[in-house]
Amino acid sequence: MSAPLSAGQDVRLEHVVKQFGGWTAVDDISLTIKGGEFFSLLGPSGCGKSTTLSMIGGFESPTSGAIYLAGEDVSRLPSYKRDVNTVFQSYALFPHLDIFENVAFGLRRKGVKKAEITERVNTMLKLVDLTGFAKRKPGQLSGGQQQRVALARALVNRPKLLLLDEPLGALDLKLRKQMQIELKRIQHEVGITFLFVTHDQEEAMAMSDRLAVMSKGRIEQVGTPAEVYDHPATEFVASFLGASNFIPGEVVGQSGDTAAIRLEDGATVNLPARALPPAAKMVKIGVRPEKFIILARNESAPPGWNAIEARTGVSVYLGVSRQYMMESASGRPLNVYTQNSGQLGELAPGETVRLAWHPDHTFAVNANETQPEGEQR
Amino acid sequence: MRLGGKLAPYLLSLPGWAYLLVFFLIPLVSMLGMALAVGDPISGFVISFNFQEFVDAFNGYQAPFIRSFWYGTASTIVTLLVSYPVAYWIAFYGGRHKSTYLFLIMLPFFVSFVIRVLAWEFILSDQGVILGTLKQFGILPQSSRILSTQWAVIGGLIYNSFAYYVLPLYVVLEKLDRRLVRAANDLYASPVTAFMKIILPLSAPGIFAGFLLVFVTNVGDYVNAALLGGPGTYMIGNIIQDSFFQSQDYPMAAALSSILMLMLMVAILLYSKAFGTDTIQEYAA
Repeated sequence: MSAPLSAGQDVRLEHVVKQFGGWTAVDDISLTIKGGEFFSLLGPSGCGKSTTLSMIGGFESPTSGAIYLAGEDVSRLPSYKRDVNTVFQSYALFPHLDIFENVAFGLRRKGVKKAEITERVNTMLKLVDLTGFAKRKPGQLSGGQQQRVALARALVNRPKLLLLDEPLGALDLKLRKQMQIELKRIQHEVGITFLFVTHDQEEAMAMSDRLAVMSKGRIEQVGTPAEVYDHPATEFVASFLGASNFIPGEVVGQSGDTAAIRLEDGATVNLPARALPPAAKMVKIGVRPEKFIILARNESAPPGWNAIEARTGVSVYLGVSRQYMMESASGRPLNVYTQNSGQLGELAPGETVRLAWHPDHTFAVNANETQPEGEQR
Repeated sequence: MRLGGKLAPYLLSLPGWAYLLVFFLIPLVSMLGMALAVGDPISGFVISFNFQEFVDAFNGYQAPFIRSFWYGTASTIVTLLVSYPVAYWIAFYGGRHKSTYLFLIMLPFFVSFVIRVLAWEFILSDQGVILGTLKQFGILPQSSRILSTQWAVIGGLIYNSFAYYVLPLYVVLEKLDRRLVRAANDLYASPVTAFMKIILPLSAPGIFAGFLLVFVTNVGDYVNAALLGGPGTYMIGNIIQDSFFQSQDYPMAAALSSILMLMLMVAILLYSKAFGTDTIQEYAA
């Protein structure tokens, strides 16, 4: 296989805009994907991620802005002249060609020698575990097998960049989990840059080196899965990547690295100053449900931790954890997940408890932002 | 009730079977019988297993047979070349006006077949709209003509089969998955290559269906040759018609029809072998 790519193989988007009629699908996106990286574009349907992919693949041209592939401006280059290959959501295998010819299609167009085609196609079929299927037609294969053919057909060309357009969307859950691992293995083996488009946050987090969260044609945040999950930049990102609890408050002071927020119910909590949006005054602090610990009666919070009062509601038992629906003193709904370690019995609805969490597990977003629409998890 | 449920598919197909029996099987058998008979319409026919009629039909009319297949092949190929771009354009770029365009293509069919061919006779006549005008400006010599030549007949056949080729082509192109074209482009196929490697092979079922409709009809046609052609453009259909209505040699007409049918079946078989209709059906399903 080809050697892992150097930083000189970056994919760069500069102020890319795509309009259809009067509607802006992609609104001024700038982004750098490093060579050899597994990068995901994550967002709800209609957020512009697929249009972005189409422009990188050469199926749409940007209304304005530029796309660079390994330093070369490819914005106006048609797809068949781009060193980029795509794994389509629908696989789009050629039904009249057998699996071998499907995989060999790109190599034949590039005029690769026959002996080399045979060798490369067979190597690729082995990589995706489909040796022995060469003479079958796509219609005779299962969904998962077709998916792997689509992957082989793209990868055999050793492109500078592989685009994957929700390639696992049509598979059932078990197969999807399997293919996630498979894709990571293959990407590691071939060292090609993968740009993966999905609306499934779990999938994006599990597979990506870095990811960009998109909403309404814009990029909300770029970072590693941990950065984006633990320090979401916006309320949209926080809600899209798993459940979050938000409590409005006001910045009341800052000493060194720590900022103090007075919440709407009067409690004051601390958080790292770098977690605050720039020049923020009115904010919403956010805490992930699994970061809370429920304090036993008369138990005090660990030193330095934040604590608030809450009233318990119904709970759901999930085996590994128990999920409580609670309410803050000011009446905000709170989600609290407790590890099922047996220290605390089930709390009856209506009890007043105290919730504590470490300041580092607090993030903050601007208060005037709106909630994301739909597809909330 | 259960029995009725099981029988339902057979009962529903009964009209179809009856149709085939009455309009295909019985005529076919009686035609073959007639080809082997001797006699005349007044004193009646007796089946005599006289194969001489086949030999005579085959030997006596080789030129019209060859001519019919030449006209049929030429007109089918030109019709395919003309209708493919039209079907392609409607299917890919017709947008929400697709049905309007198809309706426009069907529109001439609201006028009787014979009237339309007669109109062509008028248009192509030696001093008609086209030739008359061209002659007036001295672009063509006074002696030039189209009518009564093979080109008039082939032209008439092309004109009349146009819609029959557009429709089956439109049907396959319309349901062709555009994402396959995108995938081909993604794999370094230029638009032309993508057409040759993906769209064309995948539209083979439509090309074959149109071929069946147009080629078979055109080889056996006699109206275009009778109205647009001359003495030198007699097709086998004209011979069969004459045998029936003028010389009233029913056994000869039946023998000619049987030979024509056999030849068409062989031609279709050769076509499907050459272009792999087996695989066509495999992925058209």
